[in-house]
Amino acid sequence: MEDALLIARLQFAFTIMYHYLFPQLTMGLGLLIVAMKWIALRRNDERYNEAARFWGKIFAINFAMGVVTGIPMEFQFGTNWAKFSTFAGGVIGQTLAMEGMFAFFLESSFLGLFIFGEKKLGPRGHFGAALAVFLGSWISGYFIVATNAWMQNPVGYAVAPDGTVHVNDFWALLLNPWLGWQYVHTMIGSVITASFVLAAVGAYYVLTDKHAEYGKVFLRIAVIAGVVSSILVAFPTGDAQVKNVYKYQPVTFAAMEGIFETKEGVELVLIGQPDMEKMKIDNPLYVPNFLSFLTHFSWQAEIKGLQAFPKDQWPTNIPLLYYSYHIMVGLGTIFIAIMAVSVLLLWRKRFFANRQILWVLMLSFPFPYIANTAGWATAELGRQPWLVYGLMRTAEGVSPTVSAGNSLFTLLGFLGLYFVIGVLFLLLVIKKINQGPA
Amino acid sequence: METLWFVIVAFMLAMYVILDGFDLGAGIIHLFAAKNQNERRTILNAIGPVWDGNEVWLLAAGGSLYFAFPKLYASSFSGFYLPLIIVLWLLILRALGIEFRHQVQNPLWKSFWDTSFSVGSILLSIFFGAALGNVVRGVPLNKDGYFFEPLWTTFTVVPEAGILDWFTVVMGLVGFFTLTSHGSNFIALKTEGDLQKRARSIAAMAWWGVLVGSIVAFISTWSIRPQIWQNYSDHPLGYVFPLLGMLGLVGMTVYNRSGKDTFAFLSSSLFIGGMLASTAFGLYPNVLPASTDPEYSLTIYNTAAQEYGLTVGLTWWLMGIMLATGYFVFVYRSFRGKVVLPAEESGY
Repeated sequence: MEDALLIARLQFAFTIMYHYLFPQLTMGLGLLIVAMKWIALRRNDERYNEAARFWGKIFAINFAMGVVTGIPMEFQFGTNWAKFSTFAGGVIGQTLAMEGMFAFFLESSFLGLFIFGEKKLGPRGHFGAALAVFLGSWISGYFIVATNAWMQNPVGYAVAPDGTVHVNDFWALLLNPWLGWQYVHTMIGSVITASFVLAAVGAYYVLTDKHAEYGKVFLRIAVIAGVVSSILVAFPTGDAQVKNVYKYQPVTFAAMEGIFETKEGVELVLIGQPDMEKMKIDNPLYVPNFLSFLTHFSWQAEIKGLQAFPKDQWPTNIPLLYYSYHIMVGLGTIFIAIMAVSVLLLWRKRFFANRQILWVLMLSFPFPYIANTAGWATAELGRQPWLVYGLMRTAEGVSPTVSAGNSLFTLLGFLGLYFVIGVLFLLLVIKKINQGPA
Repeated sequence: METLWFVIVAFMLAMYVILDGFDLGAGIIHLFAAKNQNERRTILNAIGPVWDGNEVWLLAAGGSLYFAFPKLYASSFSGFYLPLIIVLWLLILRALGIEFRHQVQNPLWKSFWDTSFSVGSILLSIFFGAALGNVVRGVPLNKDGYFFEPLWTTFTVVPEAGILDWFTVVMGLVGFFTLTSHGSNFIALKTEGDLQKRARSIAAMAWWGVLVGSIVAFISTWSIRPQIWQNYSDHPLGYVFPLLGMLGLVGMTVYNRSGKDTFAFLSSSLFIGGMLASTAFGLYPNVLPASTDPEYSLTIYNTAAQEYGLTVGLTWWLMGIMLATGYFVFVYRSFRGKVVLPAEESGY
């Protein structure tokens, strides 16, 4: 059963990380396309309509990938995590079913209209279709994050005689104190990805002097959206989310910050390697007393370290959790710097001639993907060893009848299939980018 | 309340089979009915704007099943592990076939995705039929309500049967012929000229397959799961469902011959809906019968979520279904009428 558990976890981890490469772009891009359509409508500027058409194509390809890799996620709750579904279906069935009813129908219906119905709908109708697609994708995100928030911080449930849990307060589930900041933080993270992708394509066009006129349109939208979202993702949303972790999962907080001992005036570790044998951070670069200040607004406040908690409550893989969190935060800080410099240059009208910053923007687009993935890895590794925090351990949730051999077969199948469709996807996107807007 | 949700979930699954069924059917005949590039593009443009919305019914039905009967979802999805994951792979290849094919003007690229779209559709129609066969036949549930079925064992109907035995293969073929006919009716309805003629003649051929398959399935169900008739003898009103199905079956061939494609399509929809409703009526209140010990069978009562959740769910489900109906009416109205092939760049 050990092997079966490991393979089920690997399969979920792989398929969810791969899946989230696509929605994180489409959710952010949906918003930026709405902005393009809005500007086009207000200023009657055809360039923005053409930009929206071009990004609509990229959106559609990513959306298709997101849909087809998303269906396996819903299925895997049943196929690989049957015990978990039996246990928690009475609660998270609510949010998952609502996602289907309120988000999927909306976005799938209007995407076809957005892509193929511009002539039929007219400018206002087409703006409306873009808005509907954007709303659909953000509603979808809400219900998914609500599901995850319940697993992080279970609320609004009662335990039935057979040991399964069932919702007994619908609004508590939808207004989980964990949920609000996590949702906004996640959505803004997706806007960062979209901004950097927009900026990279724009910088490529300007640097190669191909479709340079559109390149400038893209860059202008991208750096303004980019600077706002990079700041908002750190403050207030990221900061508030970390405080939630501190409040509801203090042991996770200690692990991700790399705090072993309980003491007053705790430093903020910026870089360093956790040594789990000696229970310390090697080669630390830190700001003294700063973590106490960030969490309590007091330089001398006490914070509990890992050693204050029993070992069976510790996250299973502390170094990986620590690194995921630090990669996310480190990259997030760099995003603010890049986007702030870009906006400054744009304001001083020196942006489009500055080849250095355009090179940086062109090459930076992979990093928001890494940061968003690392952020989710932090949430999920931080929840371990629990599947539902405090209620069900991960090892208890796996399907009882699916053997390791069968799940390895499907894991290998997913690896192969996703590799092939990933290559074809990249070919297609590169081709669209080279074609450029008409 | 459990019964109400049983009806809702069954309704959503039937909607899925009827709606995604016609674009699966279009995929089945894609390689055979369409002889050249323009005809293939016509088929894809006929289903292009709607297939994704149709497939959402699978997700929404799955979500509702998970919500209303979590234990059933857990047990059946883990028990049907391999076929379900294979269904996922086929759905992926098929969907990307539709969406990626038109993006690159290269004959090899197009051939690759044409094949992946069509083969995916054919295998999916067989798997869905076989899945229904498994539910009717029963599965080897243990006392905890879980089971695991390999893809096949001996192809005979025994308690330890695999997903595929002769009975479920028959059901798979019924699914294949039904969706072929259903999809051909839709394509005939949306097209003109040679393609329309070919779609009509495929629908006519597939109809014989549906007829023969249904008779075989009917007789073998009688011998494999006679309990399914219990509900009918208790509540003769239930006979209305098979009657509607048979009416649809007759309508399919009558309207196919007279060239009334809209009515032929409505008839095949009625046939699918009637037959699924008949099965659901016969199974109730079982949702997954056990082939091991009738005591272990999963019913709506031992798998349902609790009263509070089901009641709250009814409120938002009604809101959601009204919205979804609105979108569907709007989208299908926007794309009504025969397919007019758009320029290469702006369509499928």
